[in-house]
Amino acid sequence: MTAAALPATDSESGHRLDFLLVADMVEPGSRVLDIGCGDGSLLALLRDRKGVDGRGIEISREGVNACLTKGLAVIQGDADTDLADYPDDAFDYVILSQTIQATRQPRVVLEHLLRIGRRAIVSFPNFGHWRVRFDLGIRGRMPVTENMPYSWYDTPNIHFCTIRDFVELCREVGAQMEKAVALNAAGQPMRMTLPWWAWNLLGDQGVFLLKRR
Amino acid sequence: MRFGADEPLMMDAGVALSPWQIAYQTYGTLNADRSNAVLICHALTGDQHVANDNPVTAKPGWWLPMVGPGRPVDTNRFFVICANVIGGCMGTTGPASINPATGEPYALDFPVVTVRDMVRAQAALIERLGIETLFCVVGGSMGGMQVLQWAVTYPDRVFAALPIATAARHSAQNIAFHEVGRQAVMADPEWRRGRYLVEGTRPSKGLAVARMGAHITYLSEMALHRKFGRNFQDRSAPTFSFDADFQIESYLRYQGISFVERFDANSYLYVTRAMDYFDLAAEHGGSLAKAFKGSATRFCVISFTSDWLFPTSDSRAIVHALNAAAASVAFVEVESDKGHDAFLLDEPEMFAAARGFIDGAARARGIA
Repeated sequence: MTAAALPATDSESGHRLDFLLVADMVEPGSRVLDIGCGDGSLLALLRDRKGVDGRGIEISREGVNACLTKGLAVIQGDADTDLADYPDDAFDYVILSQTIQATRQPRVVLEHLLRIGRRAIVSFPNFGHWRVRFDLGIRGRMPVTENMPYSWYDTPNIHFCTIRDFVELCREVGAQMEKAVALNAAGQPMRMTLPWWAWNLLGDQGVFLLKRR
Repeated sequence: MRFGADEPLMMDAGVALSPWQIAYQTYGTLNADRSNAVLICHALTGDQHVANDNPVTAKPGWWLPMVGPGRPVDTNRFFVICANVIGGCMGTTGPASINPATGEPYALDFPVVTVRDMVRAQAALIERLGIETLFCVVGGSMGGMQVLQWAVTYPDRVFAALPIATAARHSAQNIAFHEVGRQAVMADPEWRRGRYLVEGTRPSKGLAVARMGAHITYLSEMALHRKFGRNFQDRSAPTFSFDADFQIESYLRYQGISFVERFDANSYLYVTRAMDYFDLAAEHGGSLAKAFKGSATRFCVISFTSDWLFPTSDSRAIVHALNAAAASVAFVEVESDKGHDAFLLDEPEMFAAARGFIDGAARARGIA
């Protein structure tokens, strides 16, 4: 389900910068569920660096098999249908990395995240980025960027939102934002002092640490 | 392995079976830590000859693609054990064994067997072999039921569990199919109320019909269509008789006839019954999650898209319960049109998943 193509990586470790940022938000030794965990890179990173007890859900068989070879406990499943099966407070963190825009019911999924986990970490491509606005507003074309590499007719991303839209959704579902970071196109966190509108215009993706209110 | 009067098998039916014996095969070498033992659990009509030529049929072992040197269950790395189930007919005590009280075969005097009895018998064998904890328990179908039972009954003695194409309870539909098979056996006049061994007859026809019916449930409509379609057998037109005009008829007849040569009719009754009685949640107040509560075993559940005997929904119910019990569980549904039998066949995706899971678990267990 991951929409990002060739995401920015740390030149030293080779880890994706957005994964390293997520890893920073997770307390060592905690229980983590990664929804849409792909090939398990983030879970493996969390296990190896943070000693977390990690679980995953992944829709593709190839992804699940890749996870199994890493020794990860990953279930083939769908965020839209399978989260209801998880009990309340089952995890310390539930992570939805670059996946919410590909779910059928993002709001329901977000509510499940906050129910299953004591905290939720959500990252997504920002549809308010200036290049997206340029493509749509000036060129009159659906945007195709590094972060959103699909054409309109074959994209799995059916529910794009901007950083501001997501902040609004958090308010609606009663999620408290403990941390919010926007990453620029190079995958670097933007300065905290910038106002929301700047994040929404210049942020390539948003990463949020949320807590049930 | 023989167990004497001092070591009876305490069975769910309330009987202490004694003496009893369990027939098994092993492959590979037990390491110094005794930490690399893998138990393979066989299905309804399987046996202990998982990776060697079968002495009765002379056919190759029944799970060669899964078990052997360099296979997912690698006999170069692991000490692999496979035992015939209690109630079976390949050397482990069953209804064809001699009842010491009468000097004749038990027949229907043999106590009704459960999956838990099978697992208890295996546990006695494992203990006798000096193995405290199994690295992994693997099995498909009824073998998968035993895997789940192991994890529930002996949670501290199973490091990893790999149940394939199975369920935590036998469905009404599956009980129904089994009942048809048993009735076919019992309707055969040669069955003699189970005393055919003493009376020198064999209920071959009934058992063959049972096998024919069961065999259909192991396949899928797609697989049948692909393999046989409406093709005629050695003829170009129907004969207007009840000969085996169609290839599928001929195939099923062959399956039935070859089965009776290797399987005991009463064993078929007992082992199908064990599957019918299987309901893991029932021992735990109806909650499957409770059955797995506190389990430190790591699980990997595998199902097949075209398996309608043990459909993916059955596997998902297991996964759901394991999640609710906060157990470590992986799950993959393999795309296949081969029906329930897929777990015994060449399914690269299943092997990839099994290999990944077993290798990952071996690393966690510190097995070289």
